[in-house]
Amino acid sequence: MHVELFTLLQAGPLDTALAPLYWFLSLWSDLLFFVEGVTGLEFLQYRFMHRAILVGLCIGVMAPLIGTFLVHRQLALIGDALAHTAFAGVAVGLFLNGVFSLGVSPYLTAVIVAVIAALLIELISEATDAYNDVSMAIVLSTGFALGTVLISLNAGGLAVGINQYLFGNLSTVSAENAAILLVLFGIIVATVGLTRNQLLYVTFDETAAAVSGISVTWYNRVMVMLTALVVVGAMQIMGVILVAAMLVVPVAGAAQVSKSFTQSLLVSVVLAELAVLLGIGVSYYGGATAGGVIVLVAVAIYAVSVIVGKLQERASDDSVPELGSIDSTEA
Amino acid sequence: MSILNGEEQSEAESTVESPAEPADPLIELSDVEFGYTAAPVVENISLSIAQGEYVAIVGPNGSGKSTLMKLILGLLRPDEGSASLFGEPSHTFDDGARIGYVAQHASASKEMPITVREVVKMGRFPHVGFGMLSADDHEIVDEALATVGMSDFANRRVTQLSGGQRQRAFIARALAGEADLLVLDEPTVGVDAESVDAFYDLLESLNDEGITILLIEHDLGAVTDHAKRIICLNREVYFDGSTDDFVESDALARAFGTAATVMGET
Repeated sequence: MHVELFTLLQAGPLDTALAPLYWFLSLWSDLLFFVEGVTGLEFLQYRFMHRAILVGLCIGVMAPLIGTFLVHRQLALIGDALAHTAFAGVAVGLFLNGVFSLGVSPYLTAVIVAVIAALLIELISEATDAYNDVSMAIVLSTGFALGTVLISLNAGGLAVGINQYLFGNLSTVSAENAAILLVLFGIIVATVGLTRNQLLYVTFDETAAAVSGISVTWYNRVMVMLTALVVVGAMQIMGVILVAAMLVVPVAGAAQVSKSFTQSLLVSVVLAELAVLLGIGVSYYGGATAGGVIVLVAVAIYAVSVIVGKLQERASDDSVPELGSIDSTEA
Repeated sequence: MSILNGEEQSEAESTVESPAEPADPLIELSDVEFGYTAAPVVENISLSIAQGEYVAIVGPNGSGKSTLMKLILGLLRPDEGSASLFGEPSHTFDDGARIGYVAQHASASKEMPITVREVVKMGRFPHVGFGMLSADDHEIVDEALATVGMSDFANRRVTQLSGGQRQRAFIARALAGEADLLVLDEPTVGVDAESVDAFYDLLESLNDEGITILLIEHDLGAVTDHAKRIICLNREVYFDGSTDDFVESDALARAFGTAATVMGET
């Protein structure tokens, strides 16, 4: 079984680099075959579903992780702008493959183009001293325009496959794409893990963070680049048009019911995983597009969170603690 | 030592009183000028603030108070002149732990779920960098919460606090950072009167412990009741001296009330 997978995929240098991850993917597959044997869940008999579930689980962690920092800076729509530039990146990859037969992964060109676009948005906002919805709108439409132009130039070969990038597709998550996603996932989680203090401070109180010696400019750049990586990673299943929802909807739901920042991070991941797994399941049995179903489930969860949040608020109103006296002379 | 220059000097000389000459000033500005465009927002600013002072910078809206604060903190670089903080040029000063900053609208997002303790913990971030908070750090956070009387609010969401409680939380953050200098930008806007009094009491007791306090204020009443030294600003420094002298001087009228005619003459 492993040998099959290896001979199929050990084509280029990229595949050699990703070999350990292919090994991990086959282990993951074995695990889910085992789960299928125990539970009899029909959709677990397909390898593509194993990869789709793994990708979905990763999305469920990394999208709300980054989204939490974006939403609380009122940057919810930056994901949307970057998704559309990632689409241009996909089109660049397909175009290069079509015209020059380069055989590059469209997801890798998407990573490159989206990261450049992310830096561009950040530099524009630094130059104009504010995040500007006009600059974001310009970057968004430029990305989509570039994508559609490149695709129409090479219509014969490209238009067929473009739907999977626009709307996402469970069955097209190849081993290579899943491995690329694992790399992105590792980079994102490690970077947030390392810089969590700084990202939180900059998100909560930019001026105080700057006064305390944190380079707000650099952390903003890190943030938008991570967003670009999340968007490209999540695009495989969610599609360009809906990918931003995973950055925003679970985070908005978690904000309604959480008391602390740490809690809101955990809750947003749980809500996102719930949406992803329910969404993949429903879309398999219902035959609907996974991205759309996942977002609808996420929005339903959000609606429930709003109601739960309101009920919590009402229940806690009668318990206001006493304000302590100021005792700095003793301290 | 006079801190006024040129034509203003003769006019205002009698009202200017130099503070006790410090050995090593925390903040020093000399001939600072800055503008976002060609027209300067502040100019001819020279001042020196020593360790342990309680200084208020006052001035009407648009007088350049916030710009001056940013110049002092090194968030902006002067076009002319020089600014230093703890003896280093302000813009290269990077020991952020020594400064606590409390803003008027300190919360970035009204909806952000974050507890008082999580906010106060941020004060330790300059000390721990990429690392985790140690047991000692947590102890310092608890002490800071107790100092401002917010221990019982530690696990409350900041969004549930009143304006006064919120500002206490931000002071606690500065205390957790073990800051030597506390900079507050119109901290009592939107805070009820009773809380404002408690807030100034807190500042006073912190000042008694040796923490230098720099208050940027629009509300003159609060300032004259509490600060020990006043710097009155309207593009230039109109007055720099003790609070008592400020109350008796005509700097107020010149900077606030009849600013237009004064500026017309210069």
